[in-house]
Amino acid sequence: MAEWVDACATGDVDAEDVIRFDHGARTFVIIRDHEDNYYCTDGLCTHEDVHLEDGLVVEATIECPKHSSIFDCTSGEVETPPACENLCTYPVKVDGGRVFVEI
Amino acid sequence: MSGMVIIGAGECGVRAAFALRMQGYAGEITLIGAEAALPYERPPLSKFGETKPICAVEAYQDKAITLRLGEPVRGIDRATRSVSLAGGETLDYDCLLLATGARARLFPGMDGCLTLRTDKDAQSILSQLHRDARIGIVGGGFIGLELAALARSAGAEVTVFEAAPRLLGRAVPPQIAQVLQDRHLAEGVSMMLGTGVSSANATRIVLADGKVLDFDAVIAGVGALPNTDLAETAGLDVQNGIVVDGDFRTSDPHVFAAGDCCNFDWRGQRVRLESWKAAKDQGEHAASAMLGQSDAYSKGPWFWSDQYDLGLQVTGIFDLAAPIRHRNTGGGTTVVFQIDSVGTLRAAAGIGPMNTTSKDIRIFEKLIERGTAVDADALADPEQNLKRLLKAA
Repeated sequence: MAEWVDACATGDVDAEDVIRFDHGARTFVIIRDHEDNYYCTDGLCTHEDVHLEDGLVVEATIECPKHSSIFDCTSGEVETPPACENLCTYPVKVDGGRVFVEI
Repeated sequence: MSGMVIIGAGECGVRAAFALRMQGYAGEITLIGAEAALPYERPPLSKFGETKPICAVEAYQDKAITLRLGEPVRGIDRATRSVSLAGGETLDYDCLLLATGARARLFPGMDGCLTLRTDKDAQSILSQLHRDARIGIVGGGFIGLELAALARSAGAEVTVFEAAPRLLGRAVPPQIAQVLQDRHLAEGVSMMLGTGVSSANATRIVLADGKVLDFDAVIAGVGALPNTDLAETAGLDVQNGIVVDGDFRTSDPHVFAAGDCCNFDWRGQRVRLESWKAAKDQGEHAASAMLGQSDAYSKGPWFWSDQYDLGLQVTGIFDLAAPIRHRNTGGGTTVVFQIDSVGTLRAAAGIGPMNTTSKDIRIFEKLIERGTAVDADALADPEQNLKRLLKAA
């Protein structure tokens, strides 16, 4: 069952940046775009399981640090290969300066 | 029936095929590969020895891309705009893309050494990499060093022979090459720098000074040669690769070439790149040009290497004779860059554990592609946020 989990403080993620968030045995990233919207996706790139915590965020996209696959943070869709599969995304809400994700 | 024909089913040819469809081309797309395997990624071959398809066979079916695998091409008839397959069949084309790649080079006197280019080559090499096997590697370039790391990880005894006084002398600044050299030494690889090899075979290396050394296997990583035979026979202009213009068009307006096999202009310099990223970018660009769209090619050269847990990324093309600046990033990482005479960023490289320098290098890559003047002192200052510098550029 998915549940809302307190992932981090809003200020833990810089604007247009990303941090890693581990929960149980799973790993995610929390992304903040240029307009201070927050997103949560799976932590590993769908191409070669490289962690996206070192990825470059530009507006609402994240680029894998290894082979430059680019994903749309809002939908998880692949914008640029080599990745073939979309990233899973998870609902996010911001409340009282905390970022909650439904995972 | 005519259509788009692509010769070569590596990264470049595959990306070109998909890009043609993505850009709305509705005609026939035929992708011809000499190897029988479903098109696969080459970079992992030297890093993990594994074969990973570029995409599933269904992806080609979805986009109505016809695969002709295991079918070498016999020749190109430019007058009739057709390609003849070794099996005798003839395919007509409206536009043809040569994405024939490169093949491993061997110097005279190096018969029987293992080389790496294909999945089969990787399997042959991998079968030799076991504990205590004595592996001799000729060439301290990327292939040699990645295989040295792979062989050490398997417990083999590894000796690398490099004729030049340092590793990676062709494309990588000395500060970065030193990090890799130190790491290989720490891992127990024997590095024989400034050591010429006069001949070699499957199990023996003879040095320039006459010394004879025996191994369980000898691997040669001494460069690659562009596959230009088809182009030359067809009368296209070939000079260290198939010569193309800014749209990756050859001397025939209906024939394009991209990837490792082509020689193109990068900011006033004729270059031929052997890189996964260039293959992908150029294949996509050539596809646009085949459909009559013509934007200037602006993608920065970029490549990476993985050795042990070190990740290296290089963007742009260094002038190794000119000064190189250091961005003191600390934390076991090294980042260097170079400014050209007009004040724009020319190249950058970073190395560190895993992907620790990749964000920096990606921003440097964007600065190179932008081609505007940069503040070298700010780039060198680790206190300066690179993304902010990118936004200001």
